[in-house]
Amino acid sequence: MTTTNSSNVVLDINNLVVGLGRKADAHRIIDDLSLQVHEGETLCLVGESGSGKSVTSLTVMGLQQKGTLVPSGGSVKLVGEELLTATDRRLRQLRATRMAMIFQEPMTALNPVVPVGRQIDEVLRAHTDLDSRARRQKILAMMEHVRLPDVERIFSSYPHRLSGGQRQRIMIAMALVLEPKLLIADEPTTALDVTTQKQILTLIRDLQRDHGTAVLFITHDMGVVAEIADRVAVMRHGRLVEAGPLQDVLRTPKMDYTRNLLSSVPSLVPRAPRPETSEPVVLEANELSKIYRERSLYGKAREVAAASNVTLTLRKGRTLGIVGESGSGKSTVARCIVRLIDPTSGGVRLAGREISDLSRRLLQPHRQKIQIIFQDPYRSLNPRVTVGESIAEGPINYGMPRKDALARARELLELVHLPPDAISRYPHQFSGGQRQRIAIARALALDPDVLVADEAVSALDVSVQAQVLDLLDEIQRRLGIALLFITHDLRVAAQICDDVAVMQRGRVVEQGPAAEVLTNPQQAYTRALLDAAPGRGWDFANFRPVSEGIVATA
Amino acid sequence: MLGYLLRRILAAIPVMGVVALFVFLLLRLTPGDPAAILAGDNATPEQLDRIRTSLGLNEPIYIQFYTWVAKLLHGDLGVSLISNKPILEMIGPRLEPSIAVALATITLSILVAVPLGVIAAWKHGTWIDRFVMGLSVLGFSVPVFVIGYVLIQFFAIDLRWVPVQGYKSIMSACAKAPPNSLSTLQAAACVRDSFGPFFERLILPTCTLSFIYVALIARMTRASMLDVLGEDYVRTARAKGIGETGVLLRHALRNAAVPVITVIGSGFALLISGVVVTESVFNLPGIGRLTVDAVLARDYPVIQAMILLTSGIYVGVNLLIDVAYTLLDPRIRY
Repeated sequence: MTTTNSSNVVLDINNLVVGLGRKADAHRIIDDLSLQVHEGETLCLVGESGSGKSVTSLTVMGLQQKGTLVPSGGSVKLVGEELLTATDRRLRQLRATRMAMIFQEPMTALNPVVPVGRQIDEVLRAHTDLDSRARRQKILAMMEHVRLPDVERIFSSYPHRLSGGQRQRIMIAMALVLEPKLLIADEPTTALDVTTQKQILTLIRDLQRDHGTAVLFITHDMGVVAEIADRVAVMRHGRLVEAGPLQDVLRTPKMDYTRNLLSSVPSLVPRAPRPETSEPVVLEANELSKIYRERSLYGKAREVAAASNVTLTLRKGRTLGIVGESGSGKSTVARCIVRLIDPTSGGVRLAGREISDLSRRLLQPHRQKIQIIFQDPYRSLNPRVTVGESIAEGPINYGMPRKDALARARELLELVHLPPDAISRYPHQFSGGQRQRIAIARALALDPDVLVADEAVSALDVSVQAQVLDLLDEIQRRLGIALLFITHDLRVAAQICDDVAVMQRGRVVEQGPAAEVLTNPQQAYTRALLDAAPGRGWDFANFRPVSEGIVATA
Repeated sequence: MLGYLLRRILAAIPVMGVVALFVFLLLRLTPGDPAAILAGDNATPEQLDRIRTSLGLNEPIYIQFYTWVAKLLHGDLGVSLISNKPILEMIGPRLEPSIAVALATITLSILVAVPLGVIAAWKHGTWIDRFVMGLSVLGFSVPVFVIGYVLIQFFAIDLRWVPVQGYKSIMSACAKAPPNSLSTLQAAACVRDSFGPFFERLILPTCTLSFIYVALIARMTRASMLDVLGEDYVRTARAKGIGETGVLLRHALRNAAVPVITVIGSGFALLISGVVVTESVFNLPGIGRLTVDAVLARDYPVIQAMILLTSGIYVGVNLLIDVAYTLLDPRIRY
């Protein structure tokens, strides 16, 4: 979209080195990094967690943790001005006026006790001499510019009154109100739903076009890259792996790491459907509802249906996906099915036995038939209990002798491809992906018929995600287990599910074989969801746009 | 907000009811005959009988409770067994010194401790931080009476800047006239004329007590600020190019305030009721000493009154703390 020429370089990073601590031999978090962002251009900086993307952006802004992350070499120039040697005072002057930043978590990036209008106002008060009326006008205009509704009301609202998307718009308004030359966006849409993500990406694109801003866009999501990037820079272990125009990097990646990264991105095109089976039904949910009543001291109770009339069927050895945005009720359904919470009405049949109305005590023998894996492997394992104990705890509770249970734990660790000595180690000694393997082993320890995976791969990097998905697939083939897979990620759903149910506001709006629902959706909501999936036009694993793939196979 | 206040005040009624019941039962549940306890070891049977009748002890217990509460609601706290004076008259004049010292101490402590805590958190890990924390440990560990006597020796005896001990009411200039006979203007004149003596006698007890509260509040402020300084919105504030003062005060401190307010509130309630040592060292006629005297003399009606008073103060202060929360943090709504 933009031709690159050296005359309009906005951000120029050369041979940047950032060390951990001040010592000369300190570990290098950023190692010899060079990149340029030009006027009106979006450079996407991609890489997996720990690759140094965020440290790079914080170093540019001068916001890195002082004393811990120390830039020890190279240079960072903003429109020709060196930033690494700039005084704190000068950096403060440059922030928001020449360079601005938006962050990943709109939920926490705004001060909860200050109205959002005043938070934008602070930028103007710090950097301009405008009087309060002029400032207010400028802010309201900017808020309209980022397409916020009802700006007068939002101006005086506190952040907790706004949705995630609205908060991110406020952040963008705050960042761009003084028209900086450089906008750094650090995973600005990662915490948002896909439909909101699409709106925010479009907004950033439009604003950039109108103002000629240079954007350094940090993300781990190749889909987002395909949507927004002019050029792409891939980072790994603090080093630049490769950089180039979007089409070049996606079509003809030069480095193996980039190829692997792209190959790991699950395709939105559903995998070839497995033949229908006549295996027995292991799990049924019948018109399952969960209604929360919000009571208040005075005034009437408010009812919120987190799930209403959800009906699902899952056969042995099959995978059923529940997809939807946050707040759609997918986790509520999962938790009702596992009876972590009690459904308000409706039934759950596990292997033909109704369990929704069993008391806690009577439920006990049925619990082992259905097990759950949670999203965050960093918090779902008890940090003070060894991995072996965690896995063996379930069987021991069901009467297995301790020795046998530990022997079983060792077998399970082998099944999830972890070394046998993992049994006596603690969770913090493992990476995120390894921990999720441990969580899978723990869930399998009771020989369940049904495994519920609640966003089980969402917190993982794509390459690790691919490995865990492969593992689940392998386990399903070996053990004939049924899988209920809750995810917001349509790519993941397309690759692992036989059937999917799409949920919106507590209801299942569409249900059927994955190949049909995800390629030929009947409902407007499903279509909108698919339409909003970033990078839907790209088949990353085959290094080509989806359209070319269709032509090639036709 | 008004509705919330009203609901909170209404909710305080059952709390105070439970306290009243407990206080009432205190005397009845003490082993032995309450009349015998009240009358002492050498009472004759006639004396016991008289006490029993006068206290209504021959009535059923619920009637006794009802009568007692009814009296209480009319402001009749009973009569001291030792001095035979109405308890209300005993407590009244003693509230002023206690409240004066407590208010002064809390004000001074906040003015000193909050900036110390903020600076310590801002300069986390440096010698400033270690110095403030060292000071805080000292404040906690040196006994109050030691600090009190050291201050007296230095400022009152050696330097003669302030009186050694004692207390002068803020209305002492017109001490002869009963307070409610004065017009507002006259009362204001009294306060103006007696403020000097009142204030200079307040300085040493206030400084003495402040040591421990400065230690407590500074520590709490520092811990709370450290949490908040790691928050994303503080990073956002810095990314906006706001100066450090603005970041610390406008963004961090207000968010860090809730736990600090909690500590300040409970500290204030403690101060009113539990500063016996300081009152002894500085010979202040406050309610702490009244309580201790009553306990030592087994003056049960006075003990009952003091428990009621203390509980009332706690309930009131807690209400204020909760209201302060809603003012500080718009997310807190009840």
